[in-house]
Formats: sequence, C-alpha cells, structure tokens
Amino acid sequence: MATTHSRTLAQFMLFPSVVLLLAWMIVPLCMTLYFSFLDYNLLSPGTEEFIGFLNYEFFLTDPAFFESFFNTLLLVGGVLLITICGGIGLAILLDQAIWGRNYVRIMVLAPFFVMPTVSALVWKNMLMNPVNGLFAHFATFIGVDPVDFFAQIPLLSIIIIVSWQWLPFAALILLTAIQSLDREQLEAADLDGAGPFSKFFYIVLPHLSRAITAVILIETIFLLSIFAEILVTTSGGPGYESTNITYLIYTQSLLQFDVGGGSAGGIIAVIIANIVAIFLMRLIGKNLEG
Amino acid sequence: MGSITLKQVTKNFDEVNVIKPLDLEIRDGEFIVFVGPSGCGKSTLLRMIAGLEDTTSGNIDIDGQDATSTPPAKRGLAMVFQSYALYPHMSVRNNIAFPLKRAKVPAAEIEQKIASAAKILNLGDYLDRKPGQLSGGQRQRVAIGRAIVRQPSAFLFDEPLSNLDASLRVNMRLEISELHKSLKTTMIYVTHDQVEAMTMADRIAVFNAGIIEQVGTPLELYQHPVNRFVAGFIGSPKMNFIELKQTKEDGATCLGVRPEHFQITTDAGIWSGKVGVVEHLGSETFLHVQVDGIGTLTVKANGDCPLSYGDDISLSADQSKILRFNDQGITLPSKGNQ
Amino acid sequence: MATNSSSKSKVIYTLLAWTISAAIFFPILWTLLTSFKTEAEAISANPSLFMFDWTLENYRDVLERSPYFDHFWNSVVISVGSSLIGLLIAIPAAWSMAFVQSKRTKHLLMWMLSTKMLPPVGVLIPIYLLFRDFDLLDTKLGLVIVMTLINLPIMVWMLYTYFREIPNEILEASRMDGASISAEIFHVLLPIALPGIASTLLLNVILAWNEAFWTLILTAANAAPLTAFIASYSSPEGLFYAKLSAASAMAIAPILILGWFSQKQLVRGLTFGAVK
Ligand SMILES: Nc1ncnc2c1ncn2[C@@H]1O[C@H](COP(=O)(O)OP(=O)(O)OP(=O)(O)O)[C@@H](O)[C@H]1O
Ligand SMILES: [Mg+2]
Repeated sequence: MATTHSRTLAQFMLFPSVVLLLAWMIVPLCMTLYFSFLDYNLLSPGTEEFIGFLNYEFFLTDPAFFESFFNTLLLVGGVLLITICGGIGLAILLDQAIWGRNYVRIMVLAPFFVMPTVSALVWKNMLMNPVNGLFAHFATFIGVDPVDFFAQIPLLSIIIIVSWQWLPFAALILLTAIQSLDREQLEAADLDGAGPFSKFFYIVLPHLSRAITAVILIETIFLLSIFAEILVTTSGGPGYESTNITYLIYTQSLLQFDVGGGSAGGIIAVIIANIVAIFLMRLIGKNLEG
Repeated sequence: MGSITLKQVTKNFDEVNVIKPLDLEIRDGEFIVFVGPSGCGKSTLLRMIAGLEDTTSGNIDIDGQDATSTPPAKRGLAMVFQSYALYPHMSVRNNIAFPLKRAKVPAAEIEQKIASAAKILNLGDYLDRKPGQLSGGQRQRVAIGRAIVRQPSAFLFDEPLSNLDASLRVNMRLEISELHKSLKTTMIYVTHDQVEAMTMADRIAVFNAGIIEQVGTPLELYQHPVNRFVAGFIGSPKMNFIELKQTKEDGATCLGVRPEHFQITTDAGIWSGKVGVVEHLGSETFLHVQVDGIGTLTVKANGDCPLSYGDDISLSADQSKILRFNDQGITLPSKGNQ
Repeated sequence: MATNSSSKSKVIYTLLAWTISAAIFFPILWTLLTSFKTEAEAISANPSLFMFDWTLENYRDVLERSPYFDHFWNSVVISVGSSLIGLLIAIPAAWSMAFVQSKRTKHLLMWMLSTKMLPPVGVLIPIYLLFRDFDLLDTKLGLVIVMTLINLPIMVWMLYTYFREIPNEILEASRMDGASISAEIFHVLLPIALPGIASTLLLNVILAWNEAFWTLILTAANAAPLTAFIASYSSPEGLFYAKLSAASAMAIAPILILGWFSQKQLVRGLTFGAVK
C-alpha cells in the first residue's frame, strides 16, 4: 500500500506517540515494581532496603486488603448490574416513538458529564445528608427515620452515586446498538407471532450482546479505579467499609507514606486490571479486522 | 515528453511476488492499454509507474531519466482513479486548481487553465459545486480535468469508467479518445473491458499472473496472438479451442477458431453438431453448437440466421484463419502463411 | 421496536420516559435550583421546587470570596491544553496507522489501548515522586503532561477510526497532484477529517475536565482545576449548600453544554470504535 518513503515517514510520525506512551507506561511501572520489593517509607528516607516479597505478603494478608478487595468487587459488580439492566431498559424505552425524545435523551445523558467530585458532593450533602438532605426531609415527611447513608450503608451509597454517573453511558451505547438493529427482523418476528418477551430474548438481547460486552469491559476498567467519589464522601470509612483497592493504595502510599507497601498494592491492582483488559482487547481486536 | 521505460521491474508484497521481471517500452504520445484477468498485477504496475508503490527491483525511466525512487509528486504524471478520488471538501474549481496551486502557478494562469479545462470537459456549469453534488460522469470529468491542467508527461488511468453505466461509458470512452487525439500525451489505461481496449488503444499489453504475455496493436493481438492465453483473452466472444486427438507433425495439439471465422455449411464441413442455445443480438447471432468429442463451440452467424435449437449443422473454417498451438500453448506458424 | 405503536402506547411510553429521565436529571436540576436559593432555604425542611426568593448572591459569593476564576482557568488550561497537545502528537500517529498500514499496525493499536487500561495506582508512587523531584507537583504543566498521556491512546484511536473512513485514493491523488506531505495533511486530510478531529478534541476536553484522580493527587492550591476545587467543599464549607450548588453549577455547565454536542461521538470514542 505504500512506498519505502512513506513508510519511513510513517515511522517517524509514530515515534512521538510510541515513545511517550512507552515512557509513561514502562518507566513508572518498573519503578513501582522495584519499590514493591523495598522497605521504603517517605518518613524515614535513606533507610531503603531490599526485602523481597515481604511487602506483598503484608499487603495480601492485611485484612484491609480483603475487605477492600471485596468492596472493589461489590462496587464494580453492583454498578455493572444496575447500569446494564437500567441501560437496556432505558435504551429500549428511548428507542420507542415518544414525544420529545431529544429532550429525554439530553436529560438521561447529563449525569455522565458531571465531574465526579461534583456528583459525589451533591449526593452526599444535598440528597443523602441525614439531617438536611432531601431524602431525609422526604423520610421525615412520610414518617420514617432518615437513613444515615454514609454511616449505615456507605458502600451501597457509593454504588448508587457511581451508578447514577455511569447509567447514561450504558444507556447511550446500548441505544446506539439497538438503533442499528434490523427492523425487518422484528417485523418478521411479528409475522411469526412472537410476543414482546420472545422478541426481546431471541432478537434484541443477542443483537446487543456485543455492545453489552463493550459496556461491561469499559466500565470495569474505569470502575476499578474509582477514587474521587470515595475521597469526598466517606474517605473509605467507616473503618474500611467503603475502601476499594485504589483508595487503599492511596492511603497507604500518600497518607502513610509506605512506598513499598503501596507499590506492592499497585502491582496487584495492575494484575487485576490486566485480567479484565485481556478480555476487552480481544473484543476490540476482533473489531479491527473488519 | 512522455516516454516511459520499464526495465526488469519486479514487485513483491512482503514475500509474495506479484510482478515478475518485466520489460516494457511505452512510447511518447501513445495510448497503451493494460488488460488481463483480475489480480494479475495491472493496477500494481500502474501504481509503480505512478510512484505510489515501491519497485522491488529493476528501473523505471521517465523521459530517459531514472525515476525509480522519485516520489509521485515529482514524476510529472497524472492519475485518474476508479473511485475518481476527488477532494470532497473542495469545489470543482478548487479540485482542478489543486495541482496548479501545488505547482505555484500564478492565480491568473490558474483561472485561465480552469476555464479551458472546463470548456474541454463541459464542466462550466458545475465549477462551484462540490463533488458530492455531481453525477458519476461529471465526477469522472472533474477527475480528468484535474489531471489535464498540469500538462503531465503521461496520464495513468485505472479502470476509470468501470463505475459508470453502459451508455455513459461509451460516451466517456469517446471523450477520452478524443482527448488523446488532441493532447497527444502518453496515456496508460487499465481496463477489464475488451471493447475499451480494442477501440482506444494504440497498443495493448496483455498481462497474466505478473508477466506481460504480448504487446502489440489491437489487430496484431487479434490476428497474431503469440500464445493460447492471448488468443483466448482478446476477442469477444472468446476464441474456441479444439483439442486434437493426436499431435500433428508440426507439434500442434490444439486449434483455435474465432466464432466469426466459422462458416456454416449444409454439406459436410469439418465439424458437425447440434445447435444449442441461440442468442439473437439483432445485428448478429451467436450459436452454441454441441459437437461430439469436442464440446461446445461458439459460432457467430448473421443477424437473420434461421437456425434454432436442436438443428443439425455442419461447420467449416478458413484454414488461414485457424490458429494452431503446441502443447506449451505457443502459437505455431499458421498454415496459410506456409 | 415500535413498528405498529398505537398513539395510546406512545402516550404511555412518553410518560414513562419523561418520568424516568426527569428522575435521572433531578440531582442536577436540584443543584441548579439550590444555587439560586438562600442558605436558609437551601436546607429548609420544606424545600420548594420553584417557589422561593431567587437570588444570585451565591454566585457572587463564590466568585468574589474564592479564587473560582483561577481554578476555572486551571481547568481550561489543563483540559484544552492537553487536548491540543494530544492532537498534535496523535494526528501524525493516526495518519501513519490509517494510511501506511503494516502488519505491526494492529499490535501497535492494541498496545496503545493497553496503556489506557493501566490502573493509575500502578504508577501512582513513581509519578508522585518524579513530580516531586522535578518540581511539577501542583503545576499546570505537570497536569497537562499527565492528561495528555492518559488521553493519548483514546485520541489516537478515535482519529484512527475517523481517518480509516477516508479513502486512501484521495490522499494518493493529492500525491499525484504534486502535494508535499505537509500539503497532503493540511490541505486534504485535515479538512476532510475536520468533523472527526473536532469531536476527538471535544471528547478529550470533556474527559480531561472531569478527570478526578490525578487532579486530586497532584495539585494543591495553585494548579487545582475545578475538580479539586469542588472537592475542597467536602468539609466544612460543604454545609453551605447554596454556595456549593453555585460552584458546582459553574463547574459543570460548560461541559454539560459541550457534552450535548458530542453525544454521538462519545459512543465511538469511549468504545474505541467497537460500537458505532
Ligand atoms: N497492498 C497489497 N498487499 C499485498 N498484496 C497485494 C496488495 N495489493 C495488491 N496485492 C496483490 O497483488 C496482486 C495484483 O493486484 P492488482 O491490484 O495489481 O491486480 P489487478 O490486475 O489490478 O486486478 P483487478 O483487475 O481486479 O483490478 C493481487 O493478487 C493482489 O492480491
Ligand atoms: Mg486493479
């Protein structure tokens, strides 16, 4: 497709991107890996020494690790469940002939553009605050005790906030996918006497499977690294009840200045993300062939 | 201005060889047509001449200068693509002006050249439209306009008419031929279409699997194909090949008879058979004749041929028009010339 | 799905869709409304949706008493700056991959994508220490660098998918027409790809504007963009709901507006072309 001349030029033009990304990925990652084998605390500089896998041992046997690992699973799984189910429902609804579809679409999409710190604060203070929040007012109004969201159900509260942020994403992508569904297929199914449920399960859902996979994988990548929402609402508490791995590593490295331990955690987070990434890359790679 | 010489050029895509060592002399001002089956490397060779593909080995000389590694922009050639490849964001005027602007031609001169190209190609009314607002034929004219304004030393066409419908194709074919007559610039033209090749070409190069089988004027190829491949490729409908039961003393294993060279006789001819499908085209008729031991022969007859399905007929052919091939497919000297 | 929808089902679907979307939009609407209330009304136990004394005092307070504009400016510099620099780096790369394909192209694309999947905590400590050692902590430059790098793969990918839709023959035609490589890119490729480039820019501005890991960790008072500025309301100023709302409204308004323009491209950009 090309000449040596243009090929040389192409390599030259690729160079900056490749070098920068290499530097961004490889250099810090190697440093993290190196630190993870050191006893290294920023509070006592100059005393670094090689301690083998001890950091990993501490990190992996720390009860906080288990708690935050399960919190991470719950957070990712919960948000995925809510956004995928809600997203499919919304996508189907928005695909119907309705009045003012564009306005509806705009409203549904809006939360995705709200910065994480704003959405976390708005939910925390104005909606979920046990005294002055709207939910508390509403609870008092109907005569039940207001829930103290971040004390009683901290993780669930964060799941709710994050789901609110990601539901538009799922809905938008699934709507795009649904709109590419061949209408004739549905008409043919109508002629065959298929009811709405069999149409959904035998035609719509299989058609959406690829988009659903994409949503799951992409959301997972982002959800594994949820940080701001936890920082501004619960700071991981009470105890470790709403700490995920990302937040745990942050506290360990930048609040307790344990570089070695934080690095070991970082490497473990990379491994977890890689497992997801492999699936995502397969999916996207398949698309490259087309 | 406009002679192109290919010396032992080859092309590999990765490990795959697409053009075998190939020599070709394209003369200044001639209209040469590349034909050949799909995938035989016509486009590849054209793109190598254009400089859009590297030459793996060998040399390409343009006007006596070695241009093998000259970038396309510096070769002074113009190309018309099958997809027209117009710049969608520019008006017709700017499309045509683009090569001139690149060559830093003064604005006044550009205007004048656009005007004359528009006149030649009947584009005057469309100069301010975007390519998206033009029909296929008009787009093709713009593509040609863009090519002619820079007065290239040669034009390269890669199946320029294949996206047009049949009647438009005939018109554009004539227009391109006329253009060649008036510009007298070298043109290299790749096509699948027999009629285009025969009618437009000064010379035709027949390609097959990365080599040139034969180069010659249309009539040379028609009358004196060097081998079975060229004989079968040139001429429509295809030449009939009749395998011989035993090798003749001169080595012939196969005879080639063009459909138009059969005579239908009532008395015993050379071959006798039954008429199968009859295709009446009005001016002529094609008979598909089933001959025992040989197969189906295509026979061209007059437009008012009365024969119909199932009739028994007998065929003969002028010995001087029958081609004879040996077991390598090489054409043997014809009997009529001996 | 609604091939034979009667007008009755249209009414039902419309009602349902409006109710759900209003519920989803409600927190944003509520924030906007609260930003026009007095602090007392903002925490009133009998909140009113529209019937209150509308006031602009909160906006005035936020703008006058806090360095809102500094942070706004930081956000602009970081998001727009990183997106523009990213484009400069990504356009040549995308050009190469889209128009001079080789066997490596696919691997390269996948590799770029994989860098996007690296969790930030995996490089948190080295980046923090490097920034500390190079005096980049709490500087706009530092954040522009980080933002450019984390969004570079998305940019290359988006541009690549847009460029792929441009027939190679058009670029070849320009080469035959005597265009140099810069003329080919500036007069042919970029104008044709302009819509795609604009949406790439837009999406990346949005992503960088809302990024809330590195901005929170690497900045303090000086270079903090709005994400970090708003986070500072978490306590104790967070108790001033009306001012929090006003600050929030001003932080999200520009991006909400940009976002509505980019919704179509969003799908392609965020799914790396897997869903179009
Ligand atoms: N970029 C490429 N990489 C690898 N192989 C290629 C490439 N371009 C062409 N080929 C191969 O080279 C051979 C010649 O292709 P070319 O396009 O020259 O054929 P063609 O004679 O123009 O055919 P057609 O009449 O169908 O246009 C084909 O087998 C094709 O598969
Ligand atoms: Mg071809």
